[in-house]
Amino acid sequence: MSIISASGDGLTRRRLVGGALAGGILATPLAAFGQNAPGGFPGAAPAAPAPDAPGGAEITVDQARTAPIPIAIPSFGPGIGDQMTQVISNDLAGCGLFRPLGAAASAGGPGVPDFAAYKSMGAQALAAGTTSGSGAGVRVEFRLWNVLTGQQLQGTAYSTSGANWRRIAHIIADVIYERMLGDKGYFDTRICYVATSGPRSHETTRLAIMDQDGANNRVLTGGEWLVKTPRFHPTRDEIAFMSYANDRPRVYLFDLNSGRQQVLGEFAGISFAPRFSPDGSSVVMSATRGGGSDIYTVSLGGGTPRQLTDSGAIDTSPCYSPDGSQIVFNSDRGGSPQLYVMGAGGGGARRISYGSGTYGSPVWSPRGDLIAFIRIGSGGFAIGVMAPDGTGERILTRGFSVDSPTFCPNGRVLAYARRGAGASSSLGQIDIAGFNERSVPTPGGAEAPAWSPLKG
Amino acid sequence: MKLKLLGALALVAALAACSDNKAANSGSASGLGATSAPTGAAAPGSEADLVANVGDRVYFELAQNTLSSEAQATLDRQAAWLARYPQVTVQIAGNCDDRGTDEYNIALGNRRANAARDYLVAKGVSADRISTISYGKDRPTATGDDEQSWAQNRNAITAVR
Repeated sequence: MSIISASGDGLTRRRLVGGALAGGILATPLAAFGQNAPGGFPGAAPAAPAPDAPGGAEITVDQARTAPIPIAIPSFGPGIGDQMTQVISNDLAGCGLFRPLGAAASAGGPGVPDFAAYKSMGAQALAAGTTSGSGAGVRVEFRLWNVLTGQQLQGTAYSTSGANWRRIAHIIADVIYERMLGDKGYFDTRICYVATSGPRSHETTRLAIMDQDGANNRVLTGGEWLVKTPRFHPTRDEIAFMSYANDRPRVYLFDLNSGRQQVLGEFAGISFAPRFSPDGSSVVMSATRGGGSDIYTVSLGGGTPRQLTDSGAIDTSPCYSPDGSQIVFNSDRGGSPQLYVMGAGGGGARRISYGSGTYGSPVWSPRGDLIAFIRIGSGGFAIGVMAPDGTGERILTRGFSVDSPTFCPNGRVLAYARRGAGASSSLGQIDIAGFNERSVPTPGGAEAPAWSPLKG
Repeated sequence: MKLKLLGALALVAALAACSDNKAANSGSASGLGATSAPTGAAAPGSEADLVANVGDRVYFELAQNTLSSEAQATLDRQAAWLARYPQVTVQIAGNCDDRGTDEYNIALGNRRANAARDYLVAKGVSADRISTISYGKDRPTATGDDEQSWAQNRNAITAVR
């Protein structure tokens, strides 16, 4: 099997303000022009509120859904500056919560911007930047301003290789999102999926990975065997997925840096439907036994799989709550496929889906407040969300076939696979409020998306 | 003489499996699934013989794994055929229409393959001659998006290994 390593920029924890970033990106605070930084020491960035503090937001997500934030993003300069401006604009416009002002002219020259000019454009915020240097030594200076108050909300200089321009642009878009909305952004992320090609009776399937906006698409496996359901490790550069290698369908671990694959757990039957535990120490999955399937956890450190269900029916598609205390799963123990929630150690399963039709593919939001699912009725497939106790069910979108919902890291957007009658499968995204549905570009057919955590 | 004949039969069976139905009944991506009935005389005990003269597959109702009387009749013929060719081992692949979720359908396909396997074993076929696999909705026989295609794709297909 030919494997193309997905290694590129390494992955370590990212910090919003200051400090070393992954892949040789250094971020340093930029002084505010003509302002004394709160906290008293000139030269430091204004004391930004803690990233998780909702009080730091300029505008709530709910407000921005009805009235996207008008933001001016003048070009960061020729060459990669222009390209970065485009990526930042696409990220912010794409999430539906911002309205980048097209081709906003730079007003005011270097130094403090001409806020009156931006105000007359209708801008509420201004993202201004410059790029200098080339090759291995590129410096990107970025400042975010509240146009109405003239306050600098963020100032950061990134020193890096020019090859990282796209990643810096996503990081800047994440900073803007977080400063304006109080939620972490999700633009510096990737989507792993199954790329499909060839006749539908015998499709060729390959694991593929790309940036969340569809850029940097790379194929990870050679297409020799059927592969399914990739899922990201919460912190490491690893993926759990299902492969039919050697006609023995099993769950595998895939190391994105080395390309190494290994079977996870020893099962007599088919093992499938893997998802990592929130702490990344184990994988929960199902394995067939007789005419049904049971749910197990398999430690990455080895050892015997631990069996969590024993219903004799089909128990599958397990997914942990973000605190690791519960598992939502799909079971036909009651006669038809429905959603159940049980304790992470197994036992105490209670049904949470009660609408007409059948349910499947549950996935717990990283925020903990929602479970997304597929509901299948006579009218076709639908993607919906409900509270973990089964209340408040809402359908977000419908289609001939939709499957594999996956949350972005802040839980605000779902990606999924969609296939129309007579068509091949492709990827889509939708805000959990049910608006801003759009397609995600892929070079060919695409199924089973998995959204990565923030690159960190 | 008898041994030689058996060896030749096994070889023919293996060749038929490789050239014909193996790709349709495997997770490999090599080749296109050819499941049409062969023309001309099929070598006794071969995949082609199974397909043409016995029936290699049984069908299921929506979301079910119950064996209809028609399915039982097909499996009865398979059991008799397997008794006649004791050197043959088979794999039963369970398949689904695409009206379920990806993951649930893997388990449902397994349940169908298991139902067919259990029936054959009850009819006296040794369990160690039968392996099972499920392709969920990933290896459809019919590629239309209509009731007729879905009915064809809810099946368990027996193939000579």
